Amino acid sequence: MAEEIKKIMFTVRKPPHGSIYVYEGLEVKLIMAAYDADISVVFMDDGVYALKQGQDTKELGIKGFAATYGALMDYEIQKVYVDRHSMEIRGMTEDDLLIIGEDEETEEPVKPQVIDSQAIAAMMAEQHNILSF
Amino acid sequence: MLHTVNKSPFQNTTLMDAARFFQSGDVLLLLEDGVFACQTGTIHAAFVENLLKNVKVYAMRADLKARAITQLIPGIEITDYSGFVELVEKNKVHSWL
Repeated sequence: MAEEIKKIMFTVRKPPHGSIYVYEGLEVKLIMAAYDADISVVFMDDGVYALKQGQDTKELGIKGFAATYGALMDYEIQKVYVDRHSMEIRGMTEDDLLIIGEDEETEEPVKPQVIDSQAIAAMMAEQHNILSF
Repeated sequence: MLHTVNKSPFQNTTLMDAARFFQSGDVLLLLEDGVFACQTGTIHAAFVENLLKNVKVYAMRADLKARAITQLIPGIEITDYSGFVELVEKNKVHSWL
């Protein structure tokens, strides 16, 4: 009997750097990607700041992890979403978002997909598990 | 008086709560996640612009850079750790943790 592939969603609601949550969450995503699971990642509320281009943590004396988001697609994490409302009230547009990989066929850079809260809610309802960071 | 705020205005009301206790001529230093209040175009920008009429607002450079915040509300001054020390020397401090 074939086992059903689990649908697992990660939600990111905290800003990067002020706490270790976002970084630890990223580590968990990369580990989970090694398993046969249907993984999606949703950035909402202050979590959208984790996807901002141009983060430079040198002066904080920490390595920073924004560059790792550029490898999400290499880890076969393709479903990366951003809540439109969270982005807009923070004065951010799609142009501010970093790149998460490149399209296999066209080799064009790929950005996270900006979607509405209702679409996120519908996806949430389909998951087996939702992990929050 | 130097007030420091290190919380994101999108996560809780620390900045707004602190502001009720600001007096004209006070200094506000935004650091860590507090620097998210500095950016133009957010729903909190008007609130911060209003604060700037009465208080001097500084933002910590290292925290701005780490968070890629480049579009600052005009009037906010950027400072660094030695600037923070100077502010502490000159003022009584309250950290709104």
